[in-house]
Amino acid sequence: MTVRVRPAEWQLALPLALAYAAFFLVPLLLLIGVSAFDDEKITTLGFAQWRRFLADPFTWKVIVDTVKLGGLTVAATALVGYPVALVYLGAGPRWQRVILFVVILPLLTSVVVRTFAWIVILGREGVINQALLWLGLAPAPLRLLQTEHGLVMALTQIEMPLLLLPLLSVMSRMDPSLRDASAALGASKWRTLVRVTLPLSLPGLVAGCMLVFASSTTAFISQFVIGGNRLVYLPLLIWQQSLVVYNWPLASVAALTLLVSVGLGVTAIAAVGRRSRAYAV
Amino acid sequence: MRAKDLSYSVVIGLLAGLGFLILIGPVVIVLLTSFTQGRSIRFPPSGLSLQWYQLLFDSVRSSQIHRAALNSLEVAVVAMVGATVLATLASVALARRSGTWVRALDTFFMSPLILPMLAFGLAALMYFTFMGFRPSLALIAIGHVVVVAPLALRTTSASMSQLDPALLESSASLGASWLYTFRRVTLPVIAPGIAAGAFLAFVGSLDNVPISLFLAGPRSDMLPIRMWGMMESTLDVRVAAVSGVLIATVLVLMLVMERVVGLTRRLRD
Repeated sequence: MTVRVRPAEWQLALPLALAYAAFFLVPLLLLIGVSAFDDEKITTLGFAQWRRFLADPFTWKVIVDTVKLGGLTVAATALVGYPVALVYLGAGPRWQRVILFVVILPLLTSVVVRTFAWIVILGREGVINQALLWLGLAPAPLRLLQTEHGLVMALTQIEMPLLLLPLLSVMSRMDPSLRDASAALGASKWRTLVRVTLPLSLPGLVAGCMLVFASSTTAFISQFVIGGNRLVYLPLLIWQQSLVVYNWPLASVAALTLLVSVGLGVTAIAAVGRRSRAYAV
Repeated sequence: MRAKDLSYSVVIGLLAGLGFLILIGPVVIVLLTSFTQGRSIRFPPSGLSLQWYQLLFDSVRSSQIHRAALNSLEVAVVAMVGATVLATLASVALARRSGTWVRALDTFFMSPLILPMLAFGLAALMYFTFMGFRPSLALIAIGHVVVVAPLALRTTSASMSQLDPALLESSASLGASWLYTFRRVTLPVIAPGIAAGAFLAFVGSLDNVPISLFLAGPRSDMLPIRMWGMMESTLDVRVAAVSGVLIATVLVLMLVMERVVGLTRRLRD
């Protein structure tokens, strides 16, 4: 009879933990290490690249623009995404499934495909310009590509599923009788939204906003293809320094700056969420 | 009061309508554009034809795209298998456990979802270069495993938490070994979660840009990177055809997964 070896179950987490340690944690630590070299050949230790990067006013403009892009995308996504979630909340099970499908389909469609779609939409002879001209709302085609608002518009669609998934998850667990009670007690729909639905769905909204912020600030292809060379964000700097100029220390500095900026932005969103939760209750 | 409720319906209805339009419009526009008869990318397309699909499937004139697509498929399959196996094991380990260590490990495993992947792509490039490796599909697959494992872990963990521990106890008390219990009790219960996770990992790898951007080389071209190049240079209409094929593939796979494992519900929960 063979001896049965019963693995302690926690050990089963080891393969993934080790893979992450070797191929995720160590590379990220390496990123910090490489940023602490002065020269492109990575031979002399020093913080020259950090000084150079942070002393440049252009860098700060890029950082501010990147965070601003994330903030605008979060705001735009929440503005149209939250009402979609409200429609989901009020729909029957059948329609809920359809809405969920409509939300997930773009999520699973390649980011490159979604970015490409927006070139067709935002271009000089694109869908929006044709519509504006036809309606007589604009005398000449507007420039939408290579502008910040055009990029925010595109990112709103590209990132919206990330906002909606956590939001719909929370909404589907919400007790409908609370909204019924609010209505029965004479509250208007607006009041029910502000006093009941919004506070209850806040954790999902906050989680979604965090994902949207993190994803939109790092969406290199969308930023590059729709924003063009005129709009510079941190991902473009990382790409240029690492794959065009081959200055890996400076690329690492830019990557760590992106990491910290995204981290701070996400923390700020979480903090705002906590505060408004305290007010809502 | 009535007027207020009406304003609610109008405002929310309009915004939600805009939301749905934004969500689904671009997908429809790409699909229709890909059937254009013209030589440029325009919507609405000027006449319908399959010419761009014919060009796309021409094995000589589109050989680079075919190469990139095959590379992407190969990497996606490897990354899917790797991520799914690792994530399934980890989800069994972490299920119904609490404590600082378990929470820390869970956060660690989920962190690629919130971390700027571009920073990790650069880190991986430098790491592999310093170790003396040249760009290859294997390295890309390793990078993809790291970033898609959280997707597989989420759905698998969710189905693990629905597994009734009494089932495991009765199996053990009837003398079944751990492995036997895992095979005959645990696995069948969590299989749909694993399948959904595997699907997400596959799609996640197929679509991945930030890792492939850094790890792909001349001999390991990846489809999204090639599509980016096609968009940058001449705005090749074949991009629309490739997009059409990708959308159709995802749509079919999604419908199949929805039937088999209730994909959308699992993604929501």
